[in-house]
Amino acid sequence: MDWWDGFWSTYNTVIFSLGVNAMLALSIYVTLSCGLLSLANAAFMGIGAYAASLISMQTGLPFPVALAVGGALPALVALVIGIPTLRLSGVYLAMATLGFGEVVRVIVLNMDITGGPLGLNGIPLKTEWWHIVLLLALTLYILARMRRSKIGRAFEAIKEDEVAARLMGVNVAGYKLLAFVIGAAIAGVAGGLNAHYTFTIGPGNYAFENAVEILTMAVFGGTSSLVGPTMGGMILTLLPEALRDFNSYRSVVNGLILVLVILYLPKGIWDPRRMRGFFQRKSQAGGIN
Amino acid sequence: MLEQQLINALSLGSVYALFALGFTLVFGVLGVINLSHGAIFMLGSYAALLLVEHLALPLWLAMLAAMLVSGLIGLAVDYLVLKPLRARNAPHLAPMIATIGVATILTSLAQGLFGAENKRFPVGTIPEESYNWGNLHVTAVQIGIVVISFVLMLVLLAVMRRTQLGRALRAIAESPKAAYLLGINVEGLFYLTSFAAAALGGAAGVLVGLSFNAITPFMGQPMLHKGIAVIILGGMGDIRGAMIAGLFLGFAEVLTVAYISSDFRDAVGFGLLFLILLVKPSGMFGKVLERKA
Repeated sequence: MDWWDGFWSTYNTVIFSLGVNAMLALSIYVTLSCGLLSLANAAFMGIGAYAASLISMQTGLPFPVALAVGGALPALVALVIGIPTLRLSGVYLAMATLGFGEVVRVIVLNMDITGGPLGLNGIPLKTEWWHIVLLLALTLYILARMRRSKIGRAFEAIKEDEVAARLMGVNVAGYKLLAFVIGAAIAGVAGGLNAHYTFTIGPGNYAFENAVEILTMAVFGGTSSLVGPTMGGMILTLLPEALRDFNSYRSVVNGLILVLVILYLPKGIWDPRRMRGFFQRKSQAGGIN
Repeated sequence: MLEQQLINALSLGSVYALFALGFTLVFGVLGVINLSHGAIFMLGSYAALLLVEHLALPLWLAMLAAMLVSGLIGLAVDYLVLKPLRARNAPHLAPMIATIGVATILTSLAQGLFGAENKRFPVGTIPEESYNWGNLHVTAVQIGIVVISFVLMLVLLAVMRRTQLGRALRAIAESPKAAYLLGINVEGLFYLTSFAAAALGGAAGVLVGLSFNAITPFMGQPMLHKGIAVIILGGMGDIRGAMIAGLFLGFAEVLTVAYISSDFRDAVGFGLLFLILLVKPSGMFGKVLERKA
């Protein structure tokens, strides 16, 4: 098992990131599935990461408590800022959430307890691989159950046509707020997990670029099912490792993916309907030949 | 002391206004939030720098050329990214996400090509003169910035209000379909708008490069954030609103730095933005916006 030890010690953060990034992509999927483009998920991740790390570093409370607070605090913040901002539609909401992210960054940068621009260092290593597997599985399970429930159908109705949904008696504002809060909670937990294996976090880790990265993962994978964001998050975690030689142009690749996917695969790489269509056409063609 | 701050605020605010003008023009006519505007602004700055450095062009010529270069980049972005989305009638978030991608590409390309460090205009390019009236200290660069910004803004405003072209653009803003049926070359004017907006963004880039004398690949992002704040404050798509809100943001920032703390400089715009979104989402001058389903 020597090779395994070597492999693990080199790549464990990459392997950890697979799960955490999948969770982040799912967090933005929840809001997108309700027709909201929120660019605040990186900020929520940051709030969760800081909250969880501070609990681990300054109190003797166990890790699950730290993670729970890491999920609850961003959810609470989302509740508070969501009530006024979710009245906004489309691009206005995107801008407001982007603004919120900036405000969080400036606040974190200027507080003492967060370590200011230096961030927090020496966060204890508490995340183990099974924590991530468990929480990712739990997230997927809850979201899958939700999709098939009244909530999921309401989300879809709102996404398709908000006005029609409202006329059908769907509580649009309430469901939007719910999506926003769930997304924030998932992002916060992911942030808490992430902080406890990277040892160090700073305000720069949760800026606009990171919001874009999270969005890229979800859009790349496709947001018509849960498989899409999960896969998108994982592939875009591995891609930089595969492209290590192009390191300085890594962001170019990220941007290109975003543009090309929006232009040519508007539903992402995992689009069940398109794939079904593809295979059917293929088998028909086979039949004719 | 206050007078000095006000002069600094005026020059900062007019750059914000100039930057936001292109941004709001694209939203008004194309109905698209073009988040690559910040990256184009940055490239305009580099274009002027390279032309001054390598071709030793005089500053005013370099600025015109930089506007042309950034205008062409804006045109290319429109042709390659926005046009296919228009053709597909994509939902309004698609162009926003796609232009985030464009911004990422342009920024990291600039970083790869020019390096991440601060670049400066060669010594002697920037006029060194300054004028003193009592305690007031005004540099030639500041005067140039205010004059150039205001001239460009007033030209745009006059075009929009007084010419046939402006009338056509306003018709498109109202409804591209109806404008097309009336025989307006909608696609052509979309290109023209993208070009003009990017050229204005490039001009703002050159002016910011001159006033801080520091050009980096990352200068577009913070400017973009301020531009967003400005166009929401002023009412999206409203040219006069962008001008006034840009000046307003400049004053708010300078006064915050002077009298509160420089730590919160970057939060001022977004604080204002939040406030406006809560109180009057249509912005200071915006009409009540019809919801686009």
